[in-house]
Amino acid sequence: MQSKKTVVSKMITYGMVILAFVIVFALDQSGLISRHMRSMLVPIGINIILAVSLNLTVGFLGELTLGHAGFMSVGAYAGCLFSIYTADLLPLAARFPLAMLLGGIVAAVFGIIIGVPVLRLKGDYLAIVTLAFGEIIRSVIINLNFTGGASGLKGTPQDSTYPITFVVILIMLFVIMNLVESKHGRAITAIRDNRIAAEACGINITYYKLLAFVVAAFFAGVAGVLFGHNYSILTAGTFDYNMSIEILVMVVLGGMGSIRGSIIAATVITILPEALRFLEDYRMLIYAVVLIIVMIVNASPRFTGMRDFLSPKTWIAILTKKNNGKEAA
Amino acid sequence: MNQVKMVPYPSHSIIPERDEGHAVLQARELGIDFGGLTAVDDFTLTIGRTEIAGLIGPNGAGKTTVFNLLTNVYQPTRGSILIDGKNTVGKSTYQVNKLGVARTFQNIRLFANMSVLDNVKTGLHNGIQTSLLSSVLHTPGFKKAEKEANERVMELLDVFHMGYMANYPAGSLPYGAQRRLEIVRALATQPKILLLDEPAAGMNPSETAELMETIHQIRDTFQIAIMLIEHDMNLVMGICEGICVLNYGKIIAKGTPDEIKNNPLVIEAYLGKGKGGNTNAASE
Repeated sequence: MQSKKTVVSKMITYGMVILAFVIVFALDQSGLISRHMRSMLVPIGINIILAVSLNLTVGFLGELTLGHAGFMSVGAYAGCLFSIYTADLLPLAARFPLAMLLGGIVAAVFGIIIGVPVLRLKGDYLAIVTLAFGEIIRSVIINLNFTGGASGLKGTPQDSTYPITFVVILIMLFVIMNLVESKHGRAITAIRDNRIAAEACGINITYYKLLAFVVAAFFAGVAGVLFGHNYSILTAGTFDYNMSIEILVMVVLGGMGSIRGSIIAATVITILPEALRFLEDYRMLIYAVVLIIVMIVNASPRFTGMRDFLSPKTWIAILTKKNNGKEAA
Repeated sequence: MNQVKMVPYPSHSIIPERDEGHAVLQARELGIDFGGLTAVDDFTLTIGRTEIAGLIGPNGAGKTTVFNLLTNVYQPTRGSILIDGKNTVGKSTYQVNKLGVARTFQNIRLFANMSVLDNVKTGLHNGIQTSLLSSVLHTPGFKKAEKEANERVMELLDVFHMGYMANYPAGSLPYGAQRRLEIVRALATQPKILLLDEPAAGMNPSETAELMETIHQIRDTFQIAIMLIEHDMNLVMGICEGICVLNYGKIIAKGTPDEIKNNPLVIEAYLGKGKGGNTNAASE
């Protein structure tokens, strides 16, 4: 049945993430990972959180938003300021989760504030308005004093480690995958597929659009906190529209509405520029070319056919079919 | 025909009760203007609890606009609508659905990327009582509610012999099945009145005959009122107990199929003014 198939698919996603972590952890313990590689683990994790959460609005809700970096920055500053002020008061085990929670909530509140007026818009208009929001947030942060202004926020304890990031990823996957597979998630996907029909089915469009938007903002905020605690200086300039677009690229590359795709794409896109470092001057050029090729190949029917054939889903379907046959016989 | 338990309405007689006290839908002097254009005006209609009503009229008469008014896709400029005695003016489409109005669309609007099962489950949306928190945590209560929902959906699909299609993507179904699925999804919202917008469009005569059977079956099984827009006069005259004819946004005739067939105003609306009146023209 349907539910069994989705359970298997969910398990594959969890399994993939856990396996990747176990391998990395084992390699790290045995000292096989270079310092440089090690420093990339947290950014990979952060990008996974950003990509999967953006997928909720872009892939599942079907609304193009370009303000994800804006929510991330709001969360980052809220979490980092919290950590700076409570560094002496609270132990790490309490401070860091609280900082992440606070960063997420502040980002979610901004999500509501921005979402209520903005979600009336559709398509290109929504994209432009959310893009503007991201830019406004950035300018505001640069011009405020308590955020450190243009010179950046210093003194945040560097608490982010890859095991913590891994735990956050698992929590996020749990929340988002469960949400998608409930009546709330069905309502969100129904709005994407046909807004008018969804409304005629008794679905409160505004509420569910806002829900998807706010949940995505929350996790962007959490990712921001992890980001802020990974570097010694937090500058608002980092969270420009390039970042929002890079997250969008991950979602599109991984496939709209595919959580596993977002995870893989986020990992690849984070590693790719580093892996291409040996190309020196041509690095960004090749990076762009690789992206174009991947996009084209990903959209080609022959490739998707081959990929479907190779995917575990096909084999599970074949095996379960065989089993059903046996049961019937 | 097995009785489906999910609709908790008391059984009413099949004979429509047209007095206002038993009306499921009352539209009073409904009207809407788009800029300077009056699309629908002075639309007054009462539909009884288990009545099958037809809304006909030439192209552009405003039939779909009436449906959009009844479901509050458009807010009426004038007049009022009572669904089961409750005023719907100022409410949103989804709230009107909660009050008991479900509809299908002239151009099929399914959730094409979702499975047949999920399409109907989406129709059941307000019938599933799970909080956001239990959805996120997938609590035992959530699992129980989902299981019940699946059973109800399968029960509904089986009524329409679509159970075996449950896991197919809705977009991959043949045309006729897509039309039926839209009806099933609408029924899943537990309506008191079902609005069908050209249900027989694109169907051949045998499929239309089957559809007529289905519409009767829906009314008898679920004990609800049905209002349909249709151009196929065989279907309209064959199953509707009351017919309302619209032309240029105004009701030009109301009555039983026989009355409508012989109404000179209706014949004129469809065929234009002529010397010799062919009384059977409207049924062609």
